[in-house]
Amino acid sequence: MEITVFGKGCSRCESTIHRIEREAVELGVPVTIHKITDEIEIIQNGIMTTPAVKIDGKIVHSGGIPSIEAVQSWLT
Amino acid sequence: MFELFTRLADWMTYSIMGLEKTTKLADAVHFFIEDTTKIFFLLALMIYIIGFARSYVSPEKVRLWLTGKSRLTGYVLAALLGAITPFCSCSSVPLFIAFLSAGIPLGVTMAFLITSPLVNEVAVVLLGNALGLKFTITYVGTGLVLGIVGGFVIDFFKLDKWVEPYVWQIKMPTPATAEEAEGWAWREKFARGEAIDIIKRVWIYVLIGVGLGAGLHGYVPREWFLEHAGADNIFAVPLAVLIGIPLYSNATGIIPVAEVLMNKGVPVGTILAFIMSIVAISLPELLILRKVLKPQMLLFFVGFLFVAFVGIGYLFNFIFGG
Repeated sequence: MEITVFGKGCSRCESTIHRIEREAVELGVPVTIHKITDEIEIIQNGIMTTPAVKIDGKIVHSGGIPSIEAVQSWLT
Repeated sequence: MFELFTRLADWMTYSIMGLEKTTKLADAVHFFIEDTTKIFFLLALMIYIIGFARSYVSPEKVRLWLTGKSRLTGYVLAALLGAITPFCSCSSVPLFIAFLSAGIPLGVTMAFLITSPLVNEVAVVLLGNALGLKFTITYVGTGLVLGIVGGFVIDFFKLDKWVEPYVWQIKMPTPATAEEAEGWAWREKFARGEAIDIIKRVWIYVLIGVGLGAGLHGYVPREWFLEHAGADNIFAVPLAVLIGIPLYSNATGIIPVAEVLMNKGVPVGTILAFIMSIVAISLPELLILRKVLKPQMLLFFVGFLFVAFVGIGYLFNFIFGG
């Protein structure tokens, strides 16, 4: 599963990545996480608030650390 | 209602730790326990309540609401929304570009960015607790006016030229807001999440701030403050603002210190100017915004805030003093 996390490397963005990685291991789903830190690229994806998460070309989350339940729902 | 926290502090300081009542150490410890327990209680309660209101706004919605508004409405609305809309400072640049690309004037965008760090529920709780309702209302009102005036001034001098030119070229697709559940269950969960998230982020600053305050409270004599920062020292206000610029903290860390300054007789305006300078002007934030704003604009921004804070300091010393 390909997941893109957008955000300029603030602590919330890192927490988001860790959370996705942890839940993926937990559920046994192989994931590749791409990090986009360039603000221009972030904006061109239609994202205003970070951290944001994109899966299969769709923004599933924006602004703040996603809840564990949300992360689990993306992975399953 | 808050007697509970005084009694808790009494019990822990004198009974559990067995400290002698009149010593400086007991005084400092008592202050620390009473203040931290009360602050955490109030923070959790307030963020939870305000969390419901916040579940109705997001920067994406603010962008929609501000698009196509007249300038005057724009400044006022932007400042008000800046006060209640949460966003992480690392989102400043995408947010800035997104606002401009929607045709929202630069001044309106800046009004939002000026008010946002100044006025927020954490600051309101701490100010209310430390300095009382009158001061808190003054602070919030001043913060809003500052955003509105700042935005107006930026547009008045047509400072669009000090935005990096590439910013105007960027076309942003319609923001893709993630689908969100609505309804009370979702809002309750959102509010609870906010309370936990914010407290997790600020607890360390609360402890440091109150710790610092407790130290000052117990150990630095009132005469020292009166001599250096009292109403008679005409340079106290600009000096407080200057000291505040490089110091960076969110409102959380500084307000407990401000409380002690107030108790020690430092005038209200000086304290207000000091808090605002620390909270509103942060070097990391300026570095982030350098990506979209030319150095001239950043200098103007800092200069404007400096003048405004000094003015506010003198004004409120004049109104509340004497």
